[in-house]
Amino acid sequence: MTRYPRWKFFLLLAALVVCGLYALPNLYPDAPAIQISHADAGGEVSDVARQRVLGALDEAGLSHGPGESVGSSLLVRLNDTEAQLRARDLAATELGDNYVVALNLAETTPDWLRSIGASPMNLGLDLRGGVHFLLQVDMNAVVDSRMEAWAGNAKLTLRDAGVRYRDVAVDGTTLTVTFADQVAADAARAPLRQALDKFTMKPAGDTPEAVLVLNDSALKEMQDYAVDQNRTALNKRVNELGVAEAVVQRQGADRIVVQLPGIQDASQARRILGRTATLEFRLVDNSVSSARLRSGMAPPGVEFYPFKGQEGRIVAMSKSKIATGDQVIDARMGFSQDSGSPEVNVTLDSDGARRMQRITGKNVGNPMGVLFIETKTDVKKVEGEDGNLVDKMVSTTDKYVINVATIQDTLGSRFRITGLDNPAEASELALLLRAGSLAAPVSIVEERTVGPSLGAENIEAGLKSMALGLSLVLIFMVVWYKLFGLIANVALLGNLVIIVGIMSLIPGATMTLPGIAGIVLTVGMAVDANVLIFERIREDLRRGLKPRQAIEEGYGRAFTTILDANITTLIVAVILFAAGTGSVQGFAVTLFIGILTSMFTAIIGTRAMAEMVYGRGARAPAKLSI
Amino acid sequence: MSKATMNINFMGVRKPLGILSVLLVIASVVLLVTRGLNLGLDFTGGTTVVVKSPVDVELSQVRADLTAAGFGDAVAQHYGSPKEVNIRVAPKEGADADEVGHNVFAALKAHNGELELLKVEFVGPQVGDELRDESGTAMLLALGLMMLYVWFRFSNKFGVATVVALFHDVIIVLGIFSLVQWPFDLTVLAAVLALIGYSLNDSIVVADRIREDFRNSRKSDPEQIINDAVNATFSRTINTSLTTLLVLVALFFFGGEVMRSFSEALLVGIAVGTYSSIYVVSNILFMMNVSKEDFIIPEPEEIDEMP
Repeated sequence: MTRYPRWKFFLLLAALVVCGLYALPNLYPDAPAIQISHADAGGEVSDVARQRVLGALDEAGLSHGPGESVGSSLLVRLNDTEAQLRARDLAATELGDNYVVALNLAETTPDWLRSIGASPMNLGLDLRGGVHFLLQVDMNAVVDSRMEAWAGNAKLTLRDAGVRYRDVAVDGTTLTVTFADQVAADAARAPLRQALDKFTMKPAGDTPEAVLVLNDSALKEMQDYAVDQNRTALNKRVNELGVAEAVVQRQGADRIVVQLPGIQDASQARRILGRTATLEFRLVDNSVSSARLRSGMAPPGVEFYPFKGQEGRIVAMSKSKIATGDQVIDARMGFSQDSGSPEVNVTLDSDGARRMQRITGKNVGNPMGVLFIETKTDVKKVEGEDGNLVDKMVSTTDKYVINVATIQDTLGSRFRITGLDNPAEASELALLLRAGSLAAPVSIVEERTVGPSLGAENIEAGLKSMALGLSLVLIFMVVWYKLFGLIANVALLGNLVIIVGIMSLIPGATMTLPGIAGIVLTVGMAVDANVLIFERIREDLRRGLKPRQAIEEGYGRAFTTILDANITTLIVAVILFAAGTGSVQGFAVTLFIGILTSMFTAIIGTRAMAEMVYGRGARAPAKLSI
Repeated sequence: MSKATMNINFMGVRKPLGILSVLLVIASVVLLVTRGLNLGLDFTGGTTVVVKSPVDVELSQVRADLTAAGFGDAVAQHYGSPKEVNIRVAPKEGADADEVGHNVFAALKAHNGELELLKVEFVGPQVGDELRDESGTAMLLALGLMMLYVWFRFSNKFGVATVVALFHDVIIVLGIFSLVQWPFDLTVLAAVLALIGYSLNDSIVVADRIREDFRNSRKSDPEQIINDAVNATFSRTINTSLTTLLVLVALFFFGGEVMRSFSEALLVGIAVGTYSSIYVVSNILFMMNVSKEDFIIPEPEEIDEMP
């Protein structure tokens, strides 16, 4: 018989060594740590701050690492998660608002492994704990507000062109301008077409009107822009929360996925992500009589708003805004020096500051108010045109006054907002102002929170079932197939090393609990190939073939069957990956990789070992241990 | 060295087992239509909260707390151990739908300060609907692609036999999920899809062997040939199922609650799949009068063109 080709041995060895090397970092579990970074993007953590944190930890009796620089931030390792939580609180109080302190995990992989780019597998949220949010962007709100703007544009254009119109109505993505007669309608068409170039004008009909429909490409562009804007704003908010390794990703046409690993307080995260809170600074009109205030009939140019926390108090505010939340470039929580109550220190950009200066300069002695605007969005079932219930996003906006103060002096770019209930509210408002508002309202349509202790339990459960399943299979194979069973077992263990190595090598691959199940299942199914081969060999021996021939025949004839069988599972894994979400995709990935590697180890690997035992030597073996 | 050649008369009982299979499939379809599946949170939408306490939790107390907090329709159950409780709240309308989970936990924690929040899952109704549609599509797509593969790989009769076995397995597993009302969620779907691959794999091995024997055997009685082929692959069929069942048992006992329904689905599925690869495939082939003529390989014509 022919000798087994030497390159296959080398291929096997190389695969094992490389994958084994890259699988190694998984033996070094990540250590709990806190990550400290400057609140301003790009700011460095000063040496003073570092000393203060380490000092505070020493004082509290927490043993900690020396504090290493990672990029522009500082990473301090702790012994366990409990110490980590305490250390975070200590560091946060010590450093105050200028730094962001986050929980993180520090790699413990030795340097020589890191130098070849080896790192542990990414663990999914179900294994490390954390929150997964799926946010839906309210596209109707985006379309509505843009259409309103275009309607204004149309009116302006017609006025400039000297064409009289009756009405400009918006319905979805359709803009209908009505005129008194056909002459006016005909005169309006050319300027309208020019001004609203993202619309398609319907051909003139019998009625004196111009109907413009927004182009699909423009609609899509608008929606893309809104989702991307929101993604950027959410990213900023997540950074402000101080979550390391957070993921903010667009999913599909109008959704955004936010994953916050290791976060403890999911309710704070949800408040901050979903909120669209902003401020407006306006002059207060004190000339409105109290009777008029009660009647609710605001005079022209004035709007009435309730005062937060004071039942029945209504404030009359001028419609024109001095400055808005969009013009805020920095906002920090602080405490008033006189009363100790929480406040937010705001810095405006140059436009906002100029306007603020001009208006407050003219209004010294008059009151100015801060209007708080918050939009909540939710999905409601409403009756559609066909009478069936359909999901619709409904946004409700709350507006209330949080503070009215007399303008003492001309205000510039920096000033304070008071009237907030508690420090938490102040710091959230500061955060939202800093991170910028969302371009469109969002609502949470899916949330999956896994507590950190459950994550650890899941890892343990996964490893335990893997260990037990593996042992049972190993024993079964040795008992049933003797030496060949042992060979299959070695190949199976090699297969596991290769799977873990590949999972660690692929940057985007994430291990989840179903992912572990996928590996466990592969263990059971990987030996299938060997069972097929060994049964064939036994059969050939019964037919009276010589041992070496039986091996040759067994491997050869079983190969197409094995290929067939595995291709079906590969197809299924691909479908699962395409259709599944997070954790199920983890299953699909390990199943896919596991099938491929098991074919490699169970066919080439076991064959090589069988050749080493029976193939060499001058004399053919008299019998096989199978 | 080698075990004695297996010779069981599988075909002897093929008629009663064939009838049994037909009955099981009909019963499963009836169950699926009348009772349906106990769809999990992933597909219905709603909220699930899992809490853990250092001591055993009284469910009656939890239910009282939930009712007091306005969640009277919530379902509370122990989750794996008496210290852990799983609370499921049906999808709710209103501004706070996505806050239900945290409100439930707050209500329970007010009464029992030592409660720890293990897990909150909230799936909005429209996401649930989408996941359901996508999962259905995925399952049909998987079945469709399998059929395509089998069609490409086998002659008509063998293709029909393996595909019938495949549908047989999937329908019976779904029927059992409907009968016992085990929760059917995304992980179970993953298990069912894995089963589609596995079941076909099993049938292909047997079908392959039957085909091979038809080509090589000098016997002419189809019943005899099929019976020999099933016998020849029998220990492989059993051994592969056994190793897979072994790891699934490990998953069932140690994999935790999340993996329980996954392993249940596969345990049942592999048992059914093993049976069907022995009986359903052979039965169908027999019924279709498969014979040696189906395997006469036409002479390749290209030979004439060669120089």
